[in-house]
Amino acid sequence: MTTLVPRPTEQHLPRTRRPLLVVGIAVIALLVAAVLSVAVGAALLTPAQVWAGLTGSGTDQSVAIVRDLRIPRTLLGALVGIALGIAGALMQGHTRNPLADPGLLGVSAGAGFLLVIAIQFVGVTSLYGTVWFAFAGAALASCLVFALASLGGSRSGGPTPVTLALAGVAVSELLIATTSALVLRDTSSLDAYRFWSAGALDDRGSSAALRVAPFVLAGLVLAAANAPALNVLALGEDTARGLGRHVGRARAVGIAAITLLAGSAVAVAGPISFVGLVAPHIARFFTGPDHRWLLPVAGLGGATLVLVADVVGRLVVRPGELQVGIVLAVVGAPFFIALVRRRKLARL
Amino acid sequence: MSSDVTDAARTRLRAEGLKIGYDDELVVGGGDGGGLDLDVVENTVTAVIGPNGCGKSTLLRAMARLLAPRHGHVLLDGERIDRMPSRQVATVLGVLPQDPVAPEGLVVADLVARGRHPHQRWFRQWSPDDEAVVAEALAWTGTGEFADRPLETLSGGQRQRVWISMALAQGTDVLLLDEPTTFLDLAHQVDVLDLVERLHRERGRTVVMVLHDLNLAARYADRLVAMRDGRIVVSGTPAEVLTESTMREVFGLEAKVVEDPVSGSPLVLPIGRRHRHDRDVTDS
Repeated sequence: MTTLVPRPTEQHLPRTRRPLLVVGIAVIALLVAAVLSVAVGAALLTPAQVWAGLTGSGTDQSVAIVRDLRIPRTLLGALVGIALGIAGALMQGHTRNPLADPGLLGVSAGAGFLLVIAIQFVGVTSLYGTVWFAFAGAALASCLVFALASLGGSRSGGPTPVTLALAGVAVSELLIATTSALVLRDTSSLDAYRFWSAGALDDRGSSAALRVAPFVLAGLVLAAANAPALNVLALGEDTARGLGRHVGRARAVGIAAITLLAGSAVAVAGPISFVGLVAPHIARFFTGPDHRWLLPVAGLGGATLVLVADVVGRLVVRPGELQVGIVLAVVGAPFFIALVRRRKLARL
Repeated sequence: MSSDVTDAARTRLRAEGLKIGYDDELVVGGGDGGGLDLDVVENTVTAVIGPNGCGKSTLLRAMARLLAPRHGHVLLDGERIDRMPSRQVATVLGVLPQDPVAPEGLVVADLVARGRHPHQRWFRQWSPDDEAVVAEALAWTGTGEFADRPLETLSGGQRQRVWISMALAQGTDVLLLDEPTTFLDLAHQVDVLDLVERLHRERGRTVVMVLHDLNLAARYADRLVAMRDGRIVVSGTPAEVLTESTMREVFGLEAKVVEDPVSGSPLVLPIGRRHRHDRDVTDS
């Protein structure tokens, strides 16, 4: 038996043996962001006023601000952030592509497309109506991408990371081009589309969030069920099959989860960029590549990111507001570049 | 379950009339005849050899149910493998692909732990049993000292031992290895094959592997299967398969076969054009 001399360990890459600690810290970070999101805005509230507003013992005005405006908006932001963070982690896991985000599945393009169709041809004007159309568009687009990717996928069924990425880009580009052509002929849908595509949490109301919440919940359950499968899929499809995993089925569950999560988020808040891309990378830095820990931390991190960005958006142009999608793009891009420079992004 | 399981030399894995192809072309089992047949008997080490593109990896992938054959089927303990639940297959049959991938930052212990996947359920992710099996697999392959290191910081030879640990942790009786020694230098090739030999001898594993190096195949396998153009040309003990005429027929190679002074197995010495002048060679 030949003995191998181990190479000396030069460095220890970050890896946690205490994932529960990481989850705990992520929860605390989200809570801090949530408190900030309730306290900060055009009217700054002290912690005492926030508490008084929560319990209903404060002035009418602070109660109204806290209960009717800030709490619903915070819940909406948290819901959107959790959905996008987890959908992004699922997307990166399934495509084994560190640059993948939920938009790659065509959800944003599909949602925008049906939104415009709804306004222009169906005559939908209510907020709730457009939410359902956007959600349906996201679902249809991702089904189309999944079907196309499966056609070009491996013989034993199921798309491969490459066919998923290609089909996603093709379908997205087609839908975006069609949407652009449609909004050019009609100003009312152009306005609605423009506003939606900036990505915002305000004016959408908590009832929109409440309506999509069951879908987000279903997406979370599917994501949790998908985590062990993603761990073996990360070892390549042959190894995953060898370990008894039905690859096509695991992909289908994952895509369904991404569709429910990202579709809900996009429908209520527009195509908010960067969260689905950056949150999984930040989470992976702390948890390592185990999806059973990576998914929840990416969700908590995504929610924190969205809330912090929303708070920043309320502060920078006071008393006006900058939409959260714009803040995330402006703050997210340099942050992402810094992340790439500081440490090579984990290959997947 | 219609297998002759009482037979002393029981067939664990059997290919019956296999025809496998990509697109329009048959890679395995083409030509006339009824496809490819192969029996893998319990507690043996079988090495599949043959020139590049002869379909040996394709055959191995089909036997591991990674590829669905066009015709024929693969039987695992007498049962059709494509009709068994994949997870059930994974408790009996393990497979190590040619070029396995792992995400960056995955540490050795976690990778080996993923070998326990077929034994886990969603609600029961990890048991003390799994823990013990993984610790034992690490110790047995001598990779315990790397347990906390990310896979990408290890050398090629160490990495291959870790993958074998994962297959060991999976706890399957039958193990299929697709070129386990590719990209390794000679010392590490021998090291990995010694490990495979121990899996067979100490753990009673039935091993089928695709190998390129004929002399190592002759040393480490009980049975050689020589393939060409998707068909089995000859199979049997190394002495039966590695002959000068088989070398010509399978590889189109003029070679001298002598006795390996170390192991007593056949040793293939390729001749090549440079040294051909002293032999009476006629190319056909």
